[in-house]
Amino acid sequence: MSGEQPLDLNVNGVVHRVEVDVRMTLLDTLRERLQLTGTKVGCNQGTCGACTVHVDGRRVLSCLTLAVMADGRAVSTIEGIAGPDGRLHPMQRAFVEHDALQCGYCTPGQIMAAIACVEEGHAGSDDDVREYMSGNLCRCAAYPNIVAAVRAVAVEATR
Amino acid sequence: MTPFAYHRAETLAEAATAAAEPGTSLIAGGTTMVDLMRGGVFAPARVVDISRVPGHDAVAALNDGISFGALARMADVAEHPAVRRDFPVLAQSLQQAASQQLRNMATLGGNLLQRTRCGYFRDGRSPCNKLSPGSGCAALDGANREHAVLGGSDACIATYPGDWAVALAAFDTEVDLVSAGGNRSVRLADLHREPGDTPERETNLLPGDVIAAIRVPASAASSRSTYLKLRDRQSYAFAIASAAVALEMQGDMVVTARIAIGGIATRPWRSTDAEAALQGRRLTEASALEAGRAAFAAAEARGANRFKIELGPRVVARALLNAGGGTAS
Repeated sequence: MSGEQPLDLNVNGVVHRVEVDVRMTLLDTLRERLQLTGTKVGCNQGTCGACTVHVDGRRVLSCLTLAVMADGRAVSTIEGIAGPDGRLHPMQRAFVEHDALQCGYCTPGQIMAAIACVEEGHAGSDDDVREYMSGNLCRCAAYPNIVAAVRAVAVEATR
Repeated sequence: MTPFAYHRAETLAEAATAAAEPGTSLIAGGTTMVDLMRGGVFAPARVVDISRVPGHDAVAALNDGISFGALARMADVAEHPAVRRDFPVLAQSLQQAASQQLRNMATLGGNLLQRTRCGYFRDGRSPCNKLSPGSGCAALDGANREHAVLGGSDACIATYPGDWAVALAAFDTEVDLVSAGGNRSVRLADLHREPGDTPERETNLLPGDVIAAIRVPASAASSRSTYLKLRDRQSYAFAIASAAVALEMQGDMVVTARIAIGGIATRPWRSTDAEAALQGRRLTEASALEAGRAAFAAAEARGANRFKIELGPRVVARALLNAGGGTAS
């Protein structure tokens, strides 16, 4: 089967039936087909992490994921993590409180990666955070504040 | 990206039959495939998705070693307690590769088959004997700082960039294949090829071969093992030079050494010369460096990669001392 392919994308708990060219990535499908533009195109070759989303609970790079390969899987993006009343996710709040961004372009990917980093148990120390967040680049160099934000959430989560 | 037909396989046997047809490639994690296809380097007419084939993602202790399903994710195996305990070099080689996002996507089998990071190969338009046999090798007198000092030829000096295969190469690893022509096993040592006159042929796999499992025999050295990866950044970069070492020691005497090196050769590189240089000797800074130098005795520099002939032995030596706790001579 080539060309267009129908698939069911479960994004932030809502199932979308879309038809996409098999070449289309999950990233482009989210942004252009579902108008979920929070996930960013950075390098588009798997080296910057700006496109990070969760698929079936794991953080992955949506620029290297063909949309058809995410068929039927649970996708979680930056748009889906705040509460229904708009209350910020603890990681979002921590990024604001610790000034962990400047231009904001890498930020959705950083936050999605950071949430997973804490859940994986990889945020137990500053060095752990630096290592396990190394897949997310920040050209504005907000790194020290990103580390602080992630550590703050990790510490709070263990209370 | 060139259009392709997409098909999802339900079993590896089905995938093997499909993969035997010309112009067909398998996709599992997709981290190499999607990248190269979008870059125009690679254009299969048909892609067969094996990412949902069940039953090939387990880590299993065997009587005489350990077995890895080829569809296991790098992230999961890196954290597996038995791997960390019994074969630390294997767990470390996975953990130090890529990023957590990539490790969550990439499979053990696919990782073995990753392609070179040579910029000329990846740009899809420079002279490259891998992509277009006979067109030449732009790296020979080009930007070749990261290229190979071992295993190269006048046709190609592209470095094999992976870590997992290098760590596996230190042991007598076997790879189990499902194939339309009959399942079989091959030694990992026979899987990857040096470029020679045919750099377009990177492995000895036949069309229709699908990697199903990777088996590592137990050895007395495996639990005293480590992976040292030197790179331009502290994380999230390919190896400039790496070493996978495993030691069986008696006091400070090396009974058996297993040494494989990465980031510096055209394929995962096991060095029996380095191992022989150390066998039966006390592990010291001096003997460790001698072993390292033995590994690079046949190394050839091409322009900007000359430093690897000095750096490589030191990485081997440091890894040996890390593993064996050697004393200063």
